[in-house]
Amino acid sequence: MDFKVGIIAMPGAALSNKTGSFANEVPVFKHKTCTGCNLCIYFCPEGVVYGDKKTKIYDFDSDYCKGCGICAEECPVDDIEMVLVEK
Amino acid sequence: MKQVLEGSMAIADGVRMAEPHVISAYPITPQTHIVEHLSQMVADGDLKSEFIMVESEHSAASTVLGASACGVRTYTATASQGLLYMEEVVYNIAGMRLPVVMTVANRAVSAPINIWNDMQDAMAIRDTGAIMLVAENNQEAYDMHIQAFKIAENQDVMLPVIVNVDGFVLTHTFEVVETIDDIEKVRQYLPPLNMEYKLDVENPYSFGTLGEPSVYMESRYNLYNAMNFSRNVIIDAAREFKDMFGRFYGGLTDSYKMDDAQTVIVAMGSVLGTIKDAVDELRESGKKIGVLKVRSFRPFPEDEIVSALKNVKNVIVLEKAICPGKGGILSVEIRDSLFKHKINSVSVNGYTLGLGGRDITPKNIYDLVIRAEKEENVDGEFVGLSQQYL
Amino acid sequence: MLTKEETHNELFTMGHTGCSGCAQSMSVKLIMEILGKNTIATSATGCLEVFSTRWPESSWKIPWIHSLFENSAAVASGVEAALKAMGKKEGITVLAQGGDGGTADIGLQALSGMFERNHDVLYICYDNGAYMNTGYQRSGLTPFDAYTTTSPSGKESFGNQRPKKYMPEIAMAHRIPYTAVASAGYPMDLQKKVKKAKSIMGAKYLQVDVPCVPGWKYEPKYSVKLAQLAVQTGLYPLFEAEYDKIISVKKISRKVPVEEYLKLQGRFKHLFKDEAGRAEIEKIQKIADENIERFGLI
Repeated sequence: MDFKVGIIAMPGAALSNKTGSFANEVPVFKHKTCTGCNLCIYFCPEGVVYGDKKTKIYDFDSDYCKGCGICAEECPVDDIEMVLVEK
Repeated sequence: MKQVLEGSMAIADGVRMAEPHVISAYPITPQTHIVEHLSQMVADGDLKSEFIMVESEHSAASTVLGASACGVRTYTATASQGLLYMEEVVYNIAGMRLPVVMTVANRAVSAPINIWNDMQDAMAIRDTGAIMLVAENNQEAYDMHIQAFKIAENQDVMLPVIVNVDGFVLTHTFEVVETIDDIEKVRQYLPPLNMEYKLDVENPYSFGTLGEPSVYMESRYNLYNAMNFSRNVIIDAAREFKDMFGRFYGGLTDSYKMDDAQTVIVAMGSVLGTIKDAVDELRESGKKIGVLKVRSFRPFPEDEIVSALKNVKNVIVLEKAICPGKGGILSVEIRDSLFKHKINSVSVNGYTLGLGGRDITPKNIYDLVIRAEKEENVDGEFVGLSQQYL
Repeated sequence: MLTKEETHNELFTMGHTGCSGCAQSMSVKLIMEILGKNTIATSATGCLEVFSTRWPESSWKIPWIHSLFENSAAVASGVEAALKAMGKKEGITVLAQGGDGGTADIGLQALSGMFERNHDVLYICYDNGAYMNTGYQRSGLTPFDAYTTTSPSGKESFGNQRPKKYMPEIAMAHRIPYTAVASAGYPMDLQKKVKKAKSIMGAKYLQVDVPCVPGWKYEPKYSVKLAQLAVQTGLYPLFEAEYDKIISVKKISRKVPVEEYLKLQGRFKHLFKDEAGRAEIEKIQKIADENIERFGLI
């Protein structure tokens, strides 16, 4: 990196920082009662939840999930459960 | 074209020739006429710039910072309290390596409030990482502003440049100034700004990131190096200006009647005019005396100063600033430069004069020349105090 | 449909060091989805700047600049002016951001100047109600009776003794074309307001309530719940204004007593110790009721 012009960072370089190590718990998407409301995607502070409204199949990126539990707390049909990470 | 111009008009016209895209300022005496002239130029369509009259000096500096980061040429001007209010932004502009040019119409600092000239404002920001040049007269001020953009925008410098002009003494007085008629020649001297890194949606970099202990020092070191490198760039900018426009005032320093001088007066800014007149008189009476003008205060012209002063007996430094708790500022730096080069035969006498607009007269200078012959290494002593107020 | 690969393309990317459950990072993600890549952003010093740009990392995939604490709005003014000077303003959104301290305290002067000059800038204040980045000191937007490290509760005090400064009304007093208040608890409402702000020329102010896990002292999973309770109690009214006129308010669907909101947060736990604390909760209920009345929230 060229230092001459002050310290400048490349776009999106933070992706190299795997914040999944923060997590004590991670979500399990049970896929039993899911209605495909997408709230888990909206409310994820990291943006690590992904999935499909139509198939109602959702998952998360464990490389970055910090395990806050908002997705499970806010799921209107209790279809997400937080489980302890084995460390 | 030769014209009789107010200093502020000469500065504004010099800035106009550099065609800055964005100008932002906040009024403060004695800088006001400069920005008034510039806003009139924009209003008349003589200058195609975005002129933003902001709500404080802090925002003036911040606005040009934001604009400069987008890769356009920018300018601001201030003085005194305004400069002190801007100070953290000046540090930031330098740290982000943005080539902002600004004028400081040098003025005393409060309290007591005083709108008249000295250089205490400039001395207060000397470690910001901004290049600090000092103009002697209106013609040099005009030319120096054009040079300032060239220096700031050099790819190996990329630092803000502050052009210091004495408030009122230069900004509000009329002198004959030769302006440049052909803007194409200025464009040739000062090509368009081309920044490698800038705020641009096509290449979205992050600026002003957190510099942790692992990287902060390197960032400062690079700034320090760029400042050192700028010595050559300042000299080249002056020489190239001479080749194209015929005028030259020295690079980092300039000498006047120095050839056989035993005593040398060192100073910055408009007071050099008075000093040169006094030196002419003293020369006629047989004194071997000369003048060393410091044109670049930052970067400090150590080599030039040492080579100019190493063989003289007495140095008199006239300072319009004081460092309470120590003494002189320029004089201390000169003494340190000589000491570093193991020259201990020169007595460097720093005297404090002209604070808050107090006149510096030829008589002051004659008296100091006599005093300095008897004194050794005076450190910022006040000259010409009224006993009744002490 | 959103794939794992697509989540990595967010304009505000994961990999930042924000706290687990941070409502500010959630809001920034949602806001950037609407503003898109033709955006240039400034940030004041604060959590967002620190956790998103630890060099050489950056979570931003748009041009972004941080200068100082108090000058985000002034730097954005300069960005807008530069774009205009280059003839490149068309189609580019200039976003200025700050926390509640950087906006309503130290940055208020620069913000007022930007509003008054009506730069085409969207200013977003992420309001978490204290100086969280420096360790939970009070700001002008800290709510009444909240514990912070510089407005602690004790034998002689129930915490912050002054009500929250009403910053959106200060924005409206500048007669800027658009002012809005949103919440991390209502992402569609937030995105709708960002979309509207993006479409309007001139200065815009958007204040977003972003609960703060360590500052408010609650379990990370409650960030959304608390943001919603702040709205449903009437303590954080959401509305939109054009110039000095309020044009819409988010109605409260089910009025909740403030106690429900306060009891989940460690910063209010001193109010639940005794009778004197109960009287303080009544005062907070009064603030909520006054908001409901004044903004017509029911």
